[in-house]
Amino acid sequence: MVRDGDTIALEGFTHLIPFSAGHEIIRQGRRNLTLIRMTPDLIYDQLIGAGCASKLVFSWGGNPGVGSLHRLRDAVEQGWPAPLAVEEHAHAGMAVAYAAGAAHLPFGILRGYLGTDLPKYNPNVKFIDCPFTGERLAAVPAIRPDVSVIHAQKADRRGNVLMWGVVGIQKEAILAARRSIVTVEEIVDSLDAPPNAVVLPSWVIGAVAQVKGGAFPSYAQGYYSRNNAFYKQWDPISRERDTFTVWIERHILGTKDFDGFKQSLQEAATHA
Amino acid sequence: MPDLKYTADEMMTIAAARMIRNGAVCFVGIGLPSAAANLARLTHAPEAVLIYESGTIGTKPSVLPLSIGDGELAETADAVVSLPEIFAYWLQGGRVDLGFLGAAQIDRFANINTTVIGDYNKPSTRLPGAGGAPEIAASSKEVLITLRHNQRAFVNKLDFVTSGGHMEGGDSRDRMRLPGKGPTAVITDLGILTPDPITRELTLTSLHPGITAEKVVASTGWPLKVAPQIDTTEPPTETELTVLRDLYARTARAHAGSA
Repeated sequence: MVRDGDTIALEGFTHLIPFSAGHEIIRQGRRNLTLIRMTPDLIYDQLIGAGCASKLVFSWGGNPGVGSLHRLRDAVEQGWPAPLAVEEHAHAGMAVAYAAGAAHLPFGILRGYLGTDLPKYNPNVKFIDCPFTGERLAAVPAIRPDVSVIHAQKADRRGNVLMWGVVGIQKEAILAARRSIVTVEEIVDSLDAPPNAVVLPSWVIGAVAQVKGGAFPSYAQGYYSRNNAFYKQWDPISRERDTFTVWIERHILGTKDFDGFKQSLQEAATHA
Repeated sequence: MPDLKYTADEMMTIAAARMIRNGAVCFVGIGLPSAAANLARLTHAPEAVLIYESGTIGTKPSVLPLSIGDGELAETADAVVSLPEIFAYWLQGGRVDLGFLGAAQIDRFANINTTVIGDYNKPSTRLPGAGGAPEIAASSKEVLITLRHNQRAFVNKLDFVTSGGHMEGGDSRDRMRLPGKGPTAVITDLGILTPDPITRELTLTSLHPGITAEKVVASTGWPLKVAPQIDTTEPPTETELTVLRDLYARTARAHAGSA
């Protein structure tokens, strides 16, 4: 469903990051993607280092609690393995841009981007006067990805999807996209969702696939916790081009699927 | 009281924690602010409401989160909301008393940089960027900033203003119509700086025990104003130190256990 040159969003704010789907995009060798994500995290560091991306739209690009995303930095600072254009926002701006995308509105407004240099470097941040009060407000164009990808806890057999915990921007990302993919921890007969739970009906989703543990090394509330140790290990793996290349060839390009990836990591740990 | 041994970082975190009033609604950044806010909650401010930008409201983590959206934050929250909601209804809606931020660089008017060192298009160091900080700095009723004090961090001119403090000083923040009143204190490992009521320039108003004003001035990249009457920060109490160290020990155990 993802094609070369697409604008894609893999969302999940620390929680439920769709790593398995991201790896599959790397395996398929997609190129010239515009990657949208509020927090690029390890998933986009991997896609960028693998040469899949030509542009990144983001609002916070670090390895949370650890430090830099070295592949992202290398691409921005040195153009390796390919030059990477960046469009940089604040979280509040991207949140409202996704919400506008979900509403099929042309732009989102916020009381934001005041006192920051971001608008000087991002022509997609503009200011408008409120037609009612005259208050100066920021405006950002709607985000409308070609494809959005998320990971959730459960789907039922008809393809309705349920998620809970830190739900971030996933619902908006799916509703804003032209095509969408959801991976889930498990497929159940009934979601048993209470009223007002975050449920995405099957008819707004393009495809649902079960990938148990598919958010590793991020987490799935109620299933497994964040693998903070892996986030820390990523720092030395990704710091140099050589170590990164060896890692991605062995564990992602050299494996068939996400189970293969996890097995390969396990083997590496046992033989370490 | 016996002479307690403590580190400069512990003094910084404890001094920052003391600034949080019991019951304050506090929008917390990750790292030092998160440690200080949780220390406050576990000591003198049990009713402080901690909000993290992952959408967790009234969260009461028993260990410090490594990321802004750790599961612990959601499990112990009064409410978990989506990102459009946390930024629009709760932050821009004016419901936050205190924004609590860290920074890579700060200038004399408490503007902060977490974006790039060097030229934006050819940075010598690419930092993570804005996250929620610009709107936290703009919309919280007041802002606290905590970071380590040295010339690399306390600079004469920021390479990039990520989040606005008192802008060019004087009434320039008000003229730009930022909703909140901006930074009210900068807590470092050497002392506490507060903005002058008129010029809004950061002024050294409190020294941590054993630190001299000369040292703070020498660690600052602009000619730092020193208040005529400088306070000495109360050293950490035994309770503050014990609670902080227990918190860090629990955190280290929890994060090591998920290999």
